[in-house]
Amino acid sequence: MNLILFGLLNIVGILLMLVIGAALLTWIERRLLGFWQDRRGPNRVGPFGSLQVVADMIKILFKQDWIPPFADPVVFVLAPAVVMVAALLAFAVVPVTPSIGIAGNLNIGILFFLAMTSLSVYSVVLAGWASNNKYSLLGGMRAAAQMVSYEVFMGLALIGVVMLTGSFSLADIVRAQQELWFVVPQFLGFIVFMIAGIAETHRLPFDLPEGENELGAGFHTEYSSMKFGMFFVGEYIGIILVSAMIVILFFGGWQGPLLPPILWFAIKTGAFVGFFILLRAALPRPRYDQLMAYGWKLMLPLSLLNIAVTGAVMLTH
Amino acid sequence: MNATFYLSAAIAVLSTVLVITRANGVHALLYLVVSLLAVALVFFTLGAPFAAALEVIVYAGAIMVLFVFVVMMMNLGDAAAVREARWMEPKIWVGPSILAILLTAQLAYMLDSNTMSQPHHAIVPARAVGIAMYGPYLLCVELASMLLLAALVGAYRLAHTEHGRL
Amino acid sequence: MLSSIRTLWYTFLHLFHHSETVQYPEQMPYLAPRYRGRIVLSRDPDGEERCVSCYLCAVACPVDCISLQKTEEDGRWYPEWFRINFSRCIFCGFCEEACPTYAIQLTPDFEMSEYERENLIYEKEDLLISGTGKYPDYSFYRVSGLAIPGKGKGEAERERPPIDTRALLP
Repeated sequence: MNLILFGLLNIVGILLMLVIGAALLTWIERRLLGFWQDRRGPNRVGPFGSLQVVADMIKILFKQDWIPPFADPVVFVLAPAVVMVAALLAFAVVPVTPSIGIAGNLNIGILFFLAMTSLSVYSVVLAGWASNNKYSLLGGMRAAAQMVSYEVFMGLALIGVVMLTGSFSLADIVRAQQELWFVVPQFLGFIVFMIAGIAETHRLPFDLPEGENELGAGFHTEYSSMKFGMFFVGEYIGIILVSAMIVILFFGGWQGPLLPPILWFAIKTGAFVGFFILLRAALPRPRYDQLMAYGWKLMLPLSLLNIAVTGAVMLTH
Repeated sequence: MNATFYLSAAIAVLSTVLVITRANGVHALLYLVVSLLAVALVFFTLGAPFAAALEVIVYAGAIMVLFVFVVMMMNLGDAAAVREARWMEPKIWVGPSILAILLTAQLAYMLDSNTMSQPHHAIVPARAVGIAMYGPYLLCVELASMLLLAALVGAYRLAHTEHGRL
Repeated sequence: MLSSIRTLWYTFLHLFHHSETVQYPEQMPYLAPRYRGRIVLSRDPDGEERCVSCYLCAVACPVDCISLQKTEEDGRWYPEWFRINFSRCIFCGFCEEACPTYAIQLTPDFEMSEYERENLIYEKEDLLISGTGKYPDYSFYRVSGLAIPGKGKGEAERERPPIDTRALLP
C-alpha cells in the first residue's frame, strides 16, 4: 500500500513539476533572451515578471478555440495531444534520483525514450497535414524528414554509452558514472546527441518546421487557443526531456558532492535548458538542405566513428 | 498482465479492421500506427520488451512516418476518399473476406490441434536478443544486411539523375 | 563550427551587459524639441492666432488628414474651423514645413491613445495653444505688408512706406 502511494506521489509530482516547469520556461526563456539581447524581457507582472506565466495562461485559455472549416477535425485535435503525451510518457523512464522517478530502472529505458521521441514526430506531421494549409503541410514535411533523420544519429550516439555500461537502463547508466562522467570518454557521442536533440525538439536554430519568415508559423499556423498552447508546452517539455537525458547519459545524472541528488539533477538540467535558450539567442537558422546535409554527411559518420572507436577501445582493454 | 494482453490484442485487431475499411489514406495509416503500438504492447506483455521497443521505434516511429509523408505529399483530396469509398462495395470485399475467414479457421485449428505450450512469461532481455542474433543466427543477420545494402544502393541509383543532381 | 562557438560565447557575455531598455512609463525618454509628435496651432506674441487659412498644410498633407474653412474679419484671415484627424496623421511634418506663418507645429508629445477612434479627431479648440511654440518672436502680420486694423500699409517691420507711383520723384 505504502509502495503504491509512493509510486502515485512520484507520478503526480513529476507530472506537476514538468507542466509547471514548462510553463515557467516560457517566461524564463523570454527573460534570458531579453538579457542576451540587451533588453529586459517581461518584467511587469508580479515580482520580476514571474506572473507573466499566469497572465499568458489566462489569455491563451480564453482565446477562441477555432478549428478551420477546411481542416480534418479529428486529426487536427489529436495532433497537439500527441506531442504532450509523447513528451510526458518519455519522462516515465527518467531517473531523477535513486528514489524519485517512475520507471528509472526499466530495462529498456533508452529504447523507450527513443520510441517516444520517434512518436512525437506524428504530432508535427499530422498537425501540418490536418490543417490543410500549404505552409502547414510544408512545415509538417520538413519536420518528418528532419526528425526521422536526426533520430538515427540520436540513437547511434547513445550506443557508445550503452556499450560502456552494458545496459539499456538509465539508472544503471547513471550508476556507471560514479568515477567518471561519460562526457569524457564519449565526447563525440555527447556532441552528436545534443545536436540531434535540438533537431528532435525542433528548437532554434533547427526550427525549420516552424520557420517564421518562410512558412508563417509552419505546422501550427492554423492552431489557436490552448491547442497552440499544448504545442508550446510540449516543446518546452521536450527541451526539459532532452536536457535531462543529456545529464543522465553524459553528466552523471543525480551524482555530485555535498548537495542532495535532486538538486544536482535540477542544476545540471537547468544549465542545459539555459544552453538551449542561448543557442536560440545566438545562432541563425540554417537552410533546409544544409540541415539535411549536415546530418547525413557529418553527424552520421561522426556517430559511426564514435561507435567504432568505443568498440575498439573496449576490446583492447 | 493478462488483461493488458487481451485489451491490447483487441485494440490491435479492431484498429487493423479499421485500417482496411477507412477511405481516407491518412486515417487508415493512423489506425495502422495504433495497431502497431498495440502489437508492441502485446510483445511487452509476452516478455519481449526489446522487440516491443524496436516495434515502436522502427515501425511506428520511422516507417509509418514515411508512409504518412508520402500520402501527405500526394495531397489526396476528398475526391480520392469518395473514390476509395466506392471501391469498398460489398461485392468487392466479400471474396477476400471468405478467404481470410478460411485462413483464420485453419490457423485456429492448427493452434488447437498442436500441443502448443502456454506462453511462458519469461522476460527476454536485450542481451539475450543480441547473443541470439550474433550467435546462432549470424548468417541470417549478415544476409539481411546484404539485402538492405543492395536496396540502399538501388535506391541511390534510382534517385540519381544523369547530371548528378536531383 | 568554431565561429558558432565564438558567437555563443559572445552572446553569453551579453548577460552581463547593461540593458538598453528605457522603462517607459516610469522613466520618460528624452525627446528632442524637433520631435514630430502631436500637432498644435500656435499664437503669435500678441496672442492672436497665427493661422491665416492658406490651406497649404491641407495641400501638403500626404494622407489628407487636415481640413479647415477660411473666414475673414477686419482684413485678418483665420480659420473658421480647423480639424486634424490624428487617426490618419502619419506625423511626417510636411504641414509644418508648408506653413508660411509657423502656425502649425509638431510637438514632442506622442501619448494620444484613445479608446474611441472619433476622439482622435482634434478640433481647433483642441489644437490651439496659448503660446508661440518654437518661434517665440515671429508674428506674421508684423512682417507682412498686409494692412490690418492698427497697422497700415508700410508700417510693418523692415518695410518702407509705400511709394506713390503716380509721383514724378524717384
